[in-house]
Amino acid sequence: MKILEINNVSKNFGVLCALDNVSVSVNANTFHGLIVPNGSGKSTLLSIIAGAHYADNGSVVFDKNNITKTLPEIRAREGLSLKFQITAILPELSTYDNLLLSIQSSQPIWKLISSKSKGLLHDKIMDSLETFKLADRADTLAGELSHGLQQWLEIAMAVIREPKLLLLDEPTGGMSPEERRATGELLMPIKKKCTLIIVEHDLDFIKDICDNLTVLDQGKIVDTGTVEQIKLSKKVQEVYTTRV
Amino acid sequence: MKQFINSELLSKGKRRRPLRIIPIVEIVLLVLLLVTPLFVSDFLTIIATRMLILCIFAISFDLCWGFAGILTFGQALFFGMAGYAVALFANKLGFVQLWGIIPIGIIVGFIVSFLIAWFLLLGKRAPEIIFIALGTLTAAYAAERLVAGWYWVGGGNGMSIYDFLKVGQYEIEPGVLFYYISATLLLMVYLVSRYLVRSQFGLVLAGIRQNENRLSYLGYKVQTYKAIVFCFAGAIAGLAGALYSHHEGFIGPGSMGIVLSTYVVLYGLFGGAGTLLGPIIGVIAIESIKFNLSDIDAIKGYWPVLLGVILLVVVVYKPSGLLGFVVSQRERIGSFGSTKEDISKEAEMNKNEKGAS
Repeated sequence: MKILEINNVSKNFGVLCALDNVSVSVNANTFHGLIVPNGSGKSTLLSIIAGAHYADNGSVVFDKNNITKTLPEIRAREGLSLKFQITAILPELSTYDNLLLSIQSSQPIWKLISSKSKGLLHDKIMDSLETFKLADRADTLAGELSHGLQQWLEIAMAVIREPKLLLLDEPTGGMSPEERRATGELLMPIKKKCTLIIVEHDLDFIKDICDNLTVLDQGKIVDTGTVEQIKLSKKVQEVYTTRV
Repeated sequence: MKQFINSELLSKGKRRRPLRIIPIVEIVLLVLLLVTPLFVSDFLTIIATRMLILCIFAISFDLCWGFAGILTFGQALFFGMAGYAVALFANKLGFVQLWGIIPIGIIVGFIVSFLIAWFLLLGKRAPEIIFIALGTLTAAYAAERLVAGWYWVGGGNGMSIYDFLKVGQYEIEPGVLFYYISATLLLMVYLVSRYLVRSQFGLVLAGIRQNENRLSYLGYKVQTYKAIVFCFAGAIAGLAGALYSHHEGFIGPGSMGIVLSTYVVLYGLFGGAGTLLGPIIGVIAIESIKFNLSDIDAIKGYWPVLLGVILLVVVVYKPSGLLGFVVSQRERIGSFGSTKEDISKEAEMNKNEKGAS
C-alpha cells in the first residue's frame, strides 16, 4: 500500500527550477531514503511534503488524501511528522515539556486548559525519554543539551506522536560516528509502526537502514529502487562520479 | 568511603532546588494589597485603587505580548470601549449596579477583541507581528478619533458619570470599599491568568512565543490559540475599563487611544513581560514615580522624556524588566500542567481503584 505519492511535482522560484516533474512513491511501513546533493531540491521537496511550500504543478497524496494545498497543521494532524535539518526544538522549554508539547497536540483545547491529559501522557513521555537516553535530562532546558542530544530530542518529538509518516531531514547531521550508530539503532524499532522518509548525505548510514532509495539531482529524479538496485545503478554512479 | 560520601553529597547537592523568588514576591504583594488602605490616607487609597485597576489592564497586555507573542499597540481600545459602554448605561439608562457593570465590561471587551482578532489573527495566512501591531494601533486611533468627534458620547470632552456604583441601594464611593472590590477582582484576574499560563494550554503559548512555525508542524492551529488569548485579554481589559470609568467618574477619548495603549506597553516591559507579576510591578513603579514627580514643578513637564529614557535603559540593558533582577530565566519559564507529584498521586489512585474493582 502506498502511503505517499508525489506525482509530477514541479516548483520554480523565479527563474530557478528547484523541482522538475518529480514523482516518488513510498510504501507503508518501509524506510525510504532520499539521496540528494546539496542545492539539488532536497529542502524544496521536503517543504512541499510538509506543507511549507505548495507545488506549482502536480499533486501530493498522503494516505489517500490529496494534501497538495493543505496547511502544515492539518497535514500534521493527519499523521505527518517532521524533523528539521536545523534543530527546531524549543530551547527555553525543558526536555520533558518539549515532548509533552509534541504529544499533546492532538488533544482538544479545553483539555489543555484543564490540564487533564498530562497525567495520561506522562508514562508515554517517560518511556520516550528512556528510549532516547534523555531520562536524566528531563528537567534540563532543551537549549542546554548537547547537539547530539538535541537531535535525539527532536527525533523523539517526531516519533512520540505516532505518525503514519515520519520525515527526517539529516537526522545524524553533526553527530559523531558513535552517535550515528546509536541513532540507527533508535530508529529501527519504529519500522513496525510507521513509514520513514530520510534524507542523508551519509550513504553508509542510509543504506544500512533503508529499504528503498531515490536519488535526485538538479531537481530531477536520477533513479529509484531498492538499495541493491541503486548501488548498481549506472545513472547514479555517473552523477556521483561527476559531481562528488 | 570518602568517594561514597562525596558522591552522596554531590547527588544531594544536585537535588537541592534553587530558591523560588516568584512565590515570595507574590506573598509580599498580597500582604501589601491587603493592608495598604489601613496605613494610608483616603486620598492615597483612591490613587492606590486606580493603580489596582491599571494592574488588571496591564495583565491583559502581558497575556498578549508576554505569553502569546501578540504585539498589541491598541489594548486601550477594549479598555475604553468598555468604559464608554458602562458610562452610557449609567447616563442613558441609570444602570450602575456592580453585578451588572462587571459583566458588561467583560462582554464589551470580549466582543470588540473578538472582532479585531477576526480581522487580524484569523485570516488564511498567519499575520506578521508588525501587521498586528499596526492593525491594533490603527483601530485604537480610529476609535479615539471617532468618539472625540461624536457628541452623543460627549465628543472631545468625554462623559462624566454622576451616579456612584451601587450594590442594591448601597453606593460604593471611591475609597476603601472600592479599593477592596478592585483588589478582589485583581486577585481573581491574576489567579485565573496564572492558571491559564501554567496549564498545558500555557505550554502551547510558551511554544508559540519561541517558534510559532514549529508549532504548526506539530499540528497546532497557532492563530486559534492566539485569538483565544487575545479575546481573553480583551475581556480583562474591558473589566478594567468598566471599573476605571466608575472609579474616576469619567471616561474620555484619551482612555481609548494611543497614549494609554503605549502606557500599558511600558508597564509590561518596565516590570517584566511574561511573568504576570511584572506588569503589576511596572504599574506600581511607573505610577508611583509619576505621582511623586507631579508635585515637583521643575520636573513635571519633563516626565514623558524621563519615562522614555528609563524605558530605553530597561529595554536595552534589562529586557526582562525590573523583575528580571531577582527572578532567574529558569524560574520565569517554570513548568506546565499538573506537577509530577500530582501525576504520581493520580497514578496511585488509579491503581488502587483498579485493585478495588
